Amino acid sequence: MELHTSHLIVSPVPHIRDAVTTQRIMFNVILALCPALIASIVIFGWRALLVEAVTVAACVLSEYLWCRLRHKELTVGDLSAVVTGLLLAFNLPVTVPLYLPVIGAVTAIIVTKELFGGVGCNFANPAIVGRITLAVSFPALMTNYTYPTPVVACDAISSATPLGTDTAVPLLDLFLGTHGGVLGETCCLALLLGLGWLLFTRTIEVTIPLVYVGTVAVLSLIFQQGVLQQLLSGGLLLGAIFMATDYVTSPFTRKGKIIFALGCGIITCAIRFWGNMNEGVSYSILLMNLVVPIINDKTRRTPMGGGKQK
Amino acid sequence: MNVLQRLLSGGGVRVPHHKDTANYPTEHIPLPKKIVLPMSQHVGAPCEPCVKKGVRVYVGTMVGRAPSAMSMHIFSSVSGKVTAVEPILYKAGRGDMVVIIETDGLQTVDPSITPPDVHDRESFIAALEVSGIVGMGGAGFPTDIKVTPKNLSEIDTLIINGAECEPYLTTDNREFLECPDSILFGIRSCLKWLGIPSALICIEDNKPAAIDLMTRKTEKDPQISVKVLESRYPQGAQNVLIKNATGRIVPRGARHTSVGVMMLNVTTVSSIGKFLETGMPLVTKRLTVAGDAIENPKNLEVPIGVSIDDVVNYCGTTEEAGKIIIGGPMMGEAQMDVNYPITRQNNGVLVFGKKSSARPIATPCIRCGRCVNSCPMGLCPVDIRNAYVEHNAQELDRLMADLCIGCGTCSYVCPAKRPLAPTVTLAKTFLKTHSNREKR
Repeated sequence: MELHTSHLIVSPVPHIRDAVTTQRIMFNVILALCPALIASIVIFGWRALLVEAVTVAACVLSEYLWCRLRHKELTVGDLSAVVTGLLLAFNLPVTVPLYLPVIGAVTAIIVTKELFGGVGCNFANPAIVGRITLAVSFPALMTNYTYPTPVVACDAISSATPLGTDTAVPLLDLFLGTHGGVLGETCCLALLLGLGWLLFTRTIEVTIPLVYVGTVAVLSLIFQQGVLQQLLSGGLLLGAIFMATDYVTSPFTRKGKIIFALGCGIITCAIRFWGNMNEGVSYSILLMNLVVPIINDKTRRTPMGGGKQK
Repeated sequence: MNVLQRLLSGGGVRVPHHKDTANYPTEHIPLPKKIVLPMSQHVGAPCEPCVKKGVRVYVGTMVGRAPSAMSMHIFSSVSGKVTAVEPILYKAGRGDMVVIIETDGLQTVDPSITPPDVHDRESFIAALEVSGIVGMGGAGFPTDIKVTPKNLSEIDTLIINGAECEPYLTTDNREFLECPDSILFGIRSCLKWLGIPSALICIEDNKPAAIDLMTRKTEKDPQISVKVLESRYPQGAQNVLIKNATGRIVPRGARHTSVGVMMLNVTTVSSIGKFLETGMPLVTKRLTVAGDAIENPKNLEVPIGVSIDDVVNYCGTTEEAGKIIIGGPMMGEAQMDVNYPITRQNNGVLVFGKKSSARPIATPCIRCGRCVNSCPMGLCPVDIRNAYVEHNAQELDRLMADLCIGCGTCSYVCPAKRPLAPTVTLAKTFLKTHSNREKR
């Protein structure tokens, strides 16, 4: 074939790019959330799927309508709204009336994300803000932990989250998630499968989950709380694996990730051990989200050759 | 240890190698009908044409004279007649003078070519001044200047850069396999005449044949050793290679000679060896011709000044070209005209089809930190970009944007396909002009 000068593309370097895209990253997160999604249906029945579908749809629709109304470029295709929707749904009990997820979705997508400039600009994890808004506004509805129609028979008790009860839930039940709680947080097995996928696809680094969970484990040991009980119950694993590792609202330096996760772990334990609330994961992540810009700035690597000269 | 260190500090990226031509022996291209020699084939001021239209020239005849020390003379790569000395519109909108020579097919060597008489340091450097040799890694820095730093007596290591970390390119690999003796002669001459005690030949571990050959050849030489490096882009970048080969870190704003090393590209040092043997200045160049639109990827030895068109047509194309790159895909230059000539610091021509040339669409930054953790210099490209958008010179200085080596890793890894590398380059230029203005 002849070479034609007029059709040549002239562009800056580099001329090749890595195959990874925002969309693929989000898709991998969604895949990693699938085990927990399936577990929620198995444990809590088909209504779990309904709640999840409504939440995801509300999130995607919020973003779509916002972009259309503001004449912005549609960003629905990057799937980040789907991830937010799933995470928000995982923080709801199966019994919620269906208008609740919609309120949560609007808070998450419009207030937390779009008002601050859209994807990449939110100051805090949208799903967490959505959840906290609902938890503060509708405390009774948000803690109604019962399961209406179990698909499989399981002999677990319908109760409040194990952190809020005096009767200890057996560890195996905690691990498999066959106890009361919000949709996505109960089944630790499914969450760990998700973590495996995220690490395998190099979507996240292991730093934040490891340090976060490690900090809680060490503090539980020090203050003589059941270590496994603390690790497996509540939203710790869901938060540490999926919420605290959100790119936008966690530090991008490796040192910063360690500090961030340490902070999350300490605040979580402080709330759990001495606070009035049963659960502290979402508040701890929210608080640490707010200091991420400072952490990033203070933990930059010294550029090669930029250190103090002798 | 190495792995642990990298986990903590990051830096670099694994790029696909695509070094399919690694085992292809160098072929010679048929003599082109004409060659075009631009007068700017080095970092310094352009050469002044020293031939006129109608003059007969031979292989090795000087056609462009260097006006200053930072320039390097240009020699004809063919024998024939000068048909024009004229200006052209060249890369990036710059103008340049070119000498166009019509070949006569005889390739008569200029009678004045004799091996240089080298007997001490002065005569060695004087010989390099008329060798036509510039840095072959792509920079085009005149070699006679490069080997005479102010602190020559403090230099204890000569690093031979054979990392060739750019995908596709295999010319340095072929240089190792085809001209090991020229390389060693070049190295030994440099060590001897410059008074440097040792040399380190650095090769990435994806070139086992080259490593094997050079290790065997240097076994008995106590001065020269081979250093095998991990194949990780940008291993061949000056500061990165110095750190990985010797553990020394070049301070911000300093030259690499300040840490006691001198670095020469393997093809440069091989050219020095060949020049000292024959006296023939640098007039040919080895190129890797590859890319997904090339029918028969090859390693070619071409006369300097041959057009891109001639080179690509010799290898054939399978589809319409979308992008033609001189150099590697990470740092090479996209060309706007197929009639541009190959210059002496070029080492590859890559042709990509329409589909693979399409520019990706940039989406919003999701702050994943990939650019931060993969920057080989430890910079924060995303923050530099933000500071540049605000034209905040103070912040750019704090972020040390001037340390950017332009390797393109940040753009490569970005999942949002943001053009970080060009933006950081703009930031670097902005910072430089700003601080120059401050000084005044």
